[in-house]
Amino acid sequence: MHASRSAVRARLAVCAVLVLLASLPSLAGAQAVPQGQNFALIERGRYLTALADCAACHDDPVSRRPFAGGRPIQTPFGKLVAPNITPDTSSGIGSWSDAQFDAAVRFGRLPGGARLYPAMPYLYYSRMSRSDTQAIRAYLATVAPVNHAIVSNQLPFPFKIRALMHVWDALFFHPAPWQNRADRSAAWNRGAWIVEGPGHCEACHTPKGWLAEDQHARALQGYVTQGWFAPDITPNEQRGLGSWSVEDIEQFLQRGHNRLAAAAGPMGEEVADSSSQMRSDDLLAIAMYLKAPIAAGNAGAGQASRSPLPADDARMRAGAAIYHDVCSACHGLDGRGTPYLFPDLTIDAAVSARDPTSLLRVALIGTRSVATDPEPTAPAMPGFRWQLSDGQIAAVLTYIRNTWGHAAEPVSIDQVTVMRAQLQRVSTSAE
Amino acid sequence: MANTLPARDVVIVGLGWTGSILANELTDAGLSVMAIERGPWRDAPTDFPPNAAQDELRYRVRHELFLQPAQTTFTFRNKMSQTALPIRSWGAFMPPNGVGGGGVHWNAETWRFLPSDFVARTHLTQRYGARFLPADMTIQDWGVTYEELEPYYDRFEYLCGTSGTAGNLRGQIQPGGNPFEGPRSRPYPTPAQEQPFSHTLFAEAARKLGYRPFPQPSGNLSQAYTNPLGVRMGPCTYCGFCEWFGCANYSKASPQTTLLPVLVRKANFSARTECEVTRINTDAAGQHATGVTFVDSAGVEWEQPAQLVILAAYTIFNVQLLMLSGIGRRYDPVSNTGVIGRNFTHQTISDVLSFFDPAKFIFNPFIASGAIGMCIDEFNGDNFDHGPHGFVGGGYMGQVQTNGRPIESTPVPPGTPSWGAQWKQAVRDNYQSALQPGTGVHGSMYSYRDVYLDLDPTYRDRFARPLVRITMDFHDNEIKQNRFLTDKFAEIFMAMGARQVEKQYRKAPYSITDYQTTHLCGGAIMGADPHTSALNRYLQSWDVPNLFVMGASAFPQNAGYNPTGTLAALAYWSADAIRTRYMKNPGPLVHA
Repeated sequence: MHASRSAVRARLAVCAVLVLLASLPSLAGAQAVPQGQNFALIERGRYLTALADCAACHDDPVSRRPFAGGRPIQTPFGKLVAPNITPDTSSGIGSWSDAQFDAAVRFGRLPGGARLYPAMPYLYYSRMSRSDTQAIRAYLATVAPVNHAIVSNQLPFPFKIRALMHVWDALFFHPAPWQNRADRSAAWNRGAWIVEGPGHCEACHTPKGWLAEDQHARALQGYVTQGWFAPDITPNEQRGLGSWSVEDIEQFLQRGHNRLAAAAGPMGEEVADSSSQMRSDDLLAIAMYLKAPIAAGNAGAGQASRSPLPADDARMRAGAAIYHDVCSACHGLDGRGTPYLFPDLTIDAAVSARDPTSLLRVALIGTRSVATDPEPTAPAMPGFRWQLSDGQIAAVLTYIRNTWGHAAEPVSIDQVTVMRAQLQRVSTSAE
Repeated sequence: MANTLPARDVVIVGLGWTGSILANELTDAGLSVMAIERGPWRDAPTDFPPNAAQDELRYRVRHELFLQPAQTTFTFRNKMSQTALPIRSWGAFMPPNGVGGGGVHWNAETWRFLPSDFVARTHLTQRYGARFLPADMTIQDWGVTYEELEPYYDRFEYLCGTSGTAGNLRGQIQPGGNPFEGPRSRPYPTPAQEQPFSHTLFAEAARKLGYRPFPQPSGNLSQAYTNPLGVRMGPCTYCGFCEWFGCANYSKASPQTTLLPVLVRKANFSARTECEVTRINTDAAGQHATGVTFVDSAGVEWEQPAQLVILAAYTIFNVQLLMLSGIGRRYDPVSNTGVIGRNFTHQTISDVLSFFDPAKFIFNPFIASGAIGMCIDEFNGDNFDHGPHGFVGGGYMGQVQTNGRPIESTPVPPGTPSWGAQWKQAVRDNYQSALQPGTGVHGSMYSYRDVYLDLDPTYRDRFARPLVRITMDFHDNEIKQNRFLTDKFAEIFMAMGARQVEKQYRKAPYSITDYQTTHLCGGAIMGADPHTSALNRYLQSWDVPNLFVMGASAFPQNAGYNPTGTLAALAYWSADAIRTRYMKNPGPLVHA
């Protein structure tokens, strides 16, 4: 009696172990190779995951657990929350097949056929190949599974109806296999593929239409997102990266700092999570492409060149005085700053950007630049909203946008007032 | 019953200069390090934004960056026959608090001690005979030499980007530098800061009198600098808000601007702030440290076990923790036995105010930095023959006026009423044309048998632990030294063309309310003999070999310089011994 009861218990235990094993993603038949074994595939996937900056949205912002999801993404239509993409079988993607994973990443389709919203940058990821997504999948299968259930779709009606995305995809999403251009070098083609594909630079830097679709004619000419202006990164001399060398761009992406500027805000996160992890040859390829893009209309950018405001303009006179009092200690009387520490306002692309959102934000609540291994300092700029009035901030920004060769639109007092009110509603922790 | 945390290789008590240096060196060596800091986390751009921080009332007058006596304090008396009373508002010195420690609020005067300072007793005895020293003077050799420390001075200066003019490069005297300094292996990492008008005038007058003036070595940088760890610093703007303040221009060397950005990125480094260590724990035999006990801000007691304990708190707190943990024998001045609390010293500071013709001199005193200044070293250490003068020791002196801040920069000629319309008029008349160097005469204080630290029999802290009792007075040797130096100093201001000078001699008794410097030294000193020192030459406890004690508490006596360069050099020297010798073979590095 006694013996047979323990035999039953042993058999039950064996069954339980088998059930457990069967539920593990590595044995569920989803992978073509046993988990953790195909080093080359997993390593390629790890690198592609960094290139594609999956961590930017999918890392848990509270617990910092990699890929556990939970980051809110504010869109013009409402809030989405990045899902959990760890191999957890219930709350993550552990039970997905490789084909389901590929369909989501490259085609915006959820298992069962529902559509993703384009906050997931499948538009750009579609330029990757099936073998690329398979590698990413192999890597993601090795990260720690986290049980963290997420409600992704927190959009208001009617946007919360995923079926609407059928229409959107039909209008704006035309996936096609990536084609290298035969008349360009291998490095240029590599750069083009990273920028337009996994790097999804256009998600922030390309202006959007009414339905948040990319305006391809103005690719990479800058766009306001997440309360920052992602600047013009075309080779435009006045607004873009015209005065940046290939090496300046490579250093900025790799270190978060170069002799002219520093990465902060969402770009700081991009540097920390993605481009600082990239190989130098890939960064140089990106820089080569950005200095010589193929898209029409980029080089000239179709903007009439402006003249700077005259120095005796009342805003310029007030701005100069304020600059000398509160800015020059770090940025210098000549605006040149200190390389790698205080940005050079005479060249920094953010200064003369078409849209002053980032300047307003930084002047009002300050910001801290990103720390990287080669540039650990992470210098910060203090906020001035407690110290300067809307008129004073408008004047000093107008001054720096029309000095040292800059000739950008003046900043109005109303623009400062609006931004101050917007920032009042969000965290004040940067100050 | 304490809650026990997971063990670490190393626990560091205090995250100021020495704690940060040791944390960085030991994490580089692969050890896991936990630093425990009594005060808050402090970071340059968030705690001292350049558009908000410079408030003399908040920081200087109300001591914002310092420990608050309500949290803990000391008792003080001049003589062993007196009853000590608790200090309720800081005066003679300012105990730092928080991450960065004194490195946050210092002036960044970055000196090296003289080679002869490290062998003070041997040197002075050889030159003047044993009977020249007062009978109760207890100065000692350090057990380490300048030559041994030189590479570590160099490391600290290159960490900080120190701005200065070398006076002695590998034995060759250099023009414009301090000709008395020990040989340095290479120049300062950045050139000396520019000197304002009064400082330049002082140097000219000193030169005419036959002295060899040189710029004070400064941790406020003359130009942008990238240190060997890749941390960037910016040029100083001469705003004159260094001492008592944090710097967010990234111009003043501090743990925040040189080390912490690298340290916080290391996976094997952690820190707990607002946690006060109450005890170093040892095994039953008291010969091996097992970690520390601390109390967090909620009053919860924790135990942090570790293989190696680094004590890196402020001078008196190092000594207090040793005493309360029963490590080392406590000093008894009556029987002249024991070591913990022995050879406690401070500094002998005096000033000369000088008044110039306002029609001819406009000094703009607000253009300054904390370590600005032109100095002479003719009267420091044993750079001059003490035989005719009947005292030993000395100090540098200089026009080192570091600010023209409004609350404290109100020098008025002797005889002016101390308030009212006449006082206001005198302040107005003299602000631009009077000089007030601050620590103009920066003299040594040597050690004596009856100047020491022990535990107060009456007063206790909030954990019911006895407060440390300070027994300190000036001795004739220092009073004579100060009179001689102050007179020499005043001569230079007269030679500059001052209409009137006011010599403010340092007088006995030692005052606990009159600020001198925060350079408290000794109490857990290093040396060659365990009967007269708490630590061996590597700052390792003689009694507990897995305990190392950093900081100026190791100085057997104080020299005529600011201590930070030397205590940082000692920290690097000790860290090197831990890395290259102790880690391979844990145990005593010196066998007594």
